[in-house]
Amino acid sequence: MIILLMLTPFLAGLSAFFIKEDARRRALLLAAAGGHFALTAAVLVARPEMAPCAWFALDPLGLLFLGVTSLLFLGASVYAVKYLSLEKRDPGEDSEEGFIFNNEPEAVFTGCLLLFLAAMTAVTASRHLGILWAAVEATTLLSAPLIYFHRHKRSLEATWKYLLICSVGIAMALMGNLFLGAAGLSSGVALDLESLLLKAPSLDPAWLKAAFLFLFVGYGTKMGLAPFHTWLPDAHSESPAVVSALLSGALLNCAFLGILRVAQVCSAAGLAGFTGDIMIFFGILSLMTAAFFILAQKDYKRMLAYSSIEHMGILSLGVGLGGGAVYGALLNAVSHSLTKAGLFFVSGLVLAAYRTKNISDVKGLIRRAPATGVLWLAGFFLITGTPPSGIFLGKFMILKAAVSGRHFAAAAAYLFFLAVVFAGMGRIFLEMTLGEAPVHKGAEKPFEASRQMLIPAAFFFACAIILGLYIPAWLNELITGAKVLIGGGL
Amino acid sequence: MIKPLIQYFLALLLAPLLSGVINRVKAFFGGRRGVPLFQLYFDLYKLAHKTPVYSRTTTWLFRAGPVIGLAAMLCALALLPFGGRPSFLSFDGDLILLVYLLGLARLAAVLAALDTGSSFEGMGASREVQFAVFAEPAFFLALAALARGGGGLSLSGIFSNLTPAAWLTASPVLTLVTVSLFIVFLAENSRLPVDDPNTHLELTMIHEVMVLDHSGPDLAFIFYGAALKLWVLGGLIACVILPRHSGSWVVDSGAFILAMFAIAAVVGAIESVMGRLRLLKVPYLLMTALTFSILALIFQAGR
Amino acid sequence: MTTLAELIIVAVILLNLSLAASGTLAACIRLAAAQGVIAALLPLLAGREVPPGTLVFCGAVILLKGAIFPWLLTRARIKANVSKDADPVIGYPASIILCLGAFAASSWLGARLPLPETARVAWIVPASLSTIFTGFLLLTTRTKAITQVLGYLVIENGIYIFGLALFVEQPLMVEMAILLDVFVAVFVMGITIFHISREFDHIDTAELSQLRDWHSGEAK
Repeated sequence: MIILLMLTPFLAGLSAFFIKEDARRRALLLAAAGGHFALTAAVLVARPEMAPCAWFALDPLGLLFLGVTSLLFLGASVYAVKYLSLEKRDPGEDSEEGFIFNNEPEAVFTGCLLLFLAAMTAVTASRHLGILWAAVEATTLLSAPLIYFHRHKRSLEATWKYLLICSVGIAMALMGNLFLGAAGLSSGVALDLESLLLKAPSLDPAWLKAAFLFLFVGYGTKMGLAPFHTWLPDAHSESPAVVSALLSGALLNCAFLGILRVAQVCSAAGLAGFTGDIMIFFGILSLMTAAFFILAQKDYKRMLAYSSIEHMGILSLGVGLGGGAVYGALLNAVSHSLTKAGLFFVSGLVLAAYRTKNISDVKGLIRRAPATGVLWLAGFFLITGTPPSGIFLGKFMILKAAVSGRHFAAAAAYLFFLAVVFAGMGRIFLEMTLGEAPVHKGAEKPFEASRQMLIPAAFFFACAIILGLYIPAWLNELITGAKVLIGGGL
Repeated sequence: MIKPLIQYFLALLLAPLLSGVINRVKAFFGGRRGVPLFQLYFDLYKLAHKTPVYSRTTTWLFRAGPVIGLAAMLCALALLPFGGRPSFLSFDGDLILLVYLLGLARLAAVLAALDTGSSFEGMGASREVQFAVFAEPAFFLALAALARGGGGLSLSGIFSNLTPAAWLTASPVLTLVTVSLFIVFLAENSRLPVDDPNTHLELTMIHEVMVLDHSGPDLAFIFYGAALKLWVLGGLIACVILPRHSGSWVVDSGAFILAMFAIAAVVGAIESVMGRLRLLKVPYLLMTALTFSILALIFQAGR
Repeated sequence: MTTLAELIIVAVILLNLSLAASGTLAACIRLAAAQGVIAALLPLLAGREVPPGTLVFCGAVILLKGAIFPWLLTRARIKANVSKDADPVIGYPASIILCLGAFAASSWLGARLPLPETARVAWIVPASLSTIFTGFLLLTTRTKAITQVLGYLVIENGIYIFGLALFVEQPLMVEMAILLDVFVAVFVMGITIFHISREFDHIDTAELSQLRDWHSGEAK
């Protein structure tokens, strides 16, 4: 069943390279996404038993992230089909500098998109840390062509930065894997999770700490934690909206999964304090960086990227704090993926309506494109944690755990930076949504946003709102199971 | 006691022959017959009988320079082990004394050059010292790496300890030390590619220009001191390459002398094959030597 | 045989230093390739019986690192029409001194990290750590894109050597996966470099600086 989960998008991706007609290819994309989602739902209901020492198995943590990824991909494929057909119609004209550019062949884009899904599935399902590493590296290499969809200078620059920084990060993660192997050498432990967790107390603590550090730096680069986040804003601002949504919503989570796996091992070996402190520190650092850069932001897609960095910081902080905060962090992960994906979808519509990525050039969104404007504002409230929002619940749980665990300094910093981010984003969003719509060249009528592109965003926002009010039992059980795995205790 | 003294006098006697060998090899590469092998002896004899000419701007420093230089080299020679055999003046810590004696000789030469008041010599002096900044640490650390291998801080002790088995177990260290010492040898004795001993052009001289104003016996002292410097530095390299292995003093000494001439021949070959490095690139070469010395030291320390 | 392995380690370190000092792209590619090939010879000198799987694997590594990667990168270099690296950010002498310092530091570190008794060659950990550092140095201080890819390759060389130190019995699957990933990564990077040279007419990544958050003196 799990192999089928990976095989479906993999085969679909390979065949997408060879299909010539666009309509058939887009249908394949939708079908593969739908099939993948159906399979994931089936796994969620049926819960196949984990075979011992198998390379791939789905524990609650993996299943949680897989579910989010699959749902996100489904929405993204619905959006992408319409987006691709729109892109096919208009020749590419750059909004800022006005040069004409080409787009990537759609076959390459679709194929890489599906293969990307396959790689992410492999990340969530792998039980062997070496396979996890290879899958994360594969996601890097497969998403590079996705970022380079619009073929022009800036996206090329973004792609190069992304490739290089993430590859080096993954190389660091490889060192971490080797260190982990060294930690287990004396007791003859391989790199699969079962034996690592079983023999965790006998692992050499010095090597284990070094391994955690390297793996944290490596996967943290991919996840977007400061100070390794430098590729994130560029990649998100230059890639098409659907790719940004997938990167922010799915890929960052998968990278976080890598860190979580090694944190699992460390807490089983008794090093929870060490790992917790590191995660708290880098979480606060990411929050600070995000807050700092959101304040003076001029590009709204970059702003969304920094918001992703902020949320990754919150995730790291939550898991580092332990206890109830872990639940909050996982809930935040799910809600953030949904909300951020929706926001990126809407940003794509804003870009289509205003043809500019500059915040100061976008005004009066609610008048020019009413549906888009409403969603944009709703997204803002959801992502910054205004109740009812799953994000609010997650952030609140983390705050509660921080205070009850007497991490007062961390809690104070957390609240301060959240407030700064709220203020910064609030200014930007409100400026964009309200106000007088500028006279745009030949655009007197309101912008017709395609319903196909609006629905995924609306659906995701609805899910996030629901999560803020009521957590379904199966989700609750899943998150609690994941929390226990990470060592969240009661 | 007799054997070390014989070694010393042999060195005193054979040192000028080295430059003859170098010149002969260069001539061979150039298809010429070249100067006689014993040319330096004839030059020393000729110079010893001339009257020196002193410029009016010079002081006692100028006259003392060559004397101090030669004295320092004679003392340094006394410290040098001969084919793995101890010299007659060895004591613990004499390798530091060796480095400083060489430094003293350089200091005397530089001061004498500066004392002439000519910008020509000043330029040569500044270049000489600039290269010494890199060459001296390289030299010192190479010796330190050797010392770390056992034998205390005495040169004779170090080289007595060095057996052929050392080349099998510690070959990386010894190779690095040899290459580093060889580069320092080329630099200190102003051989190509660091400096051309034959050139007399203003832009290219380093060492030659410092001794431009000396004459008569002073010049003889300088030439002889240079020959002794060749012998001292070459002797260190020969001792590293040829660790003592046979029990006989005659065989060891003979092998050592042969190695010295072989080194001289190699230098001649290098001089014929390579051109002079640009002045800006010479620090890179010396830094390579420094790097090798540091590496050798780290390797030896971790052993 | 231990001495031969030691000589190889020394060669690796010397190659690091020459990489840090080298200014021509073609020379850098050759040095990195030599380093990869030399490092691939290490498991064959373990002094024990060599299983055929290891032999095949070493052959594959030598082929990849000695022939295919240099060919890919040289093609990219010729298409991009570059021969000399731009002046590095910190200068060649400083690069060499940094590498030396890194080697000293990693020797110190290597003595602190308790290696299992299966690792017999003493200098593997310092060599691998200093190789990784040299790769980082190349990546961060050089501005031509090809040198940055070479830096990545050198980092992978170092990690490979480190893996050899720890696992005497090669976990073949993992090493194969690593090798495959590196190959695809270099392939993709080569293609990207080709695109960069076509788009920008140069491959100087210092010029790739349009995307940033500090817009100083920009007219709006």
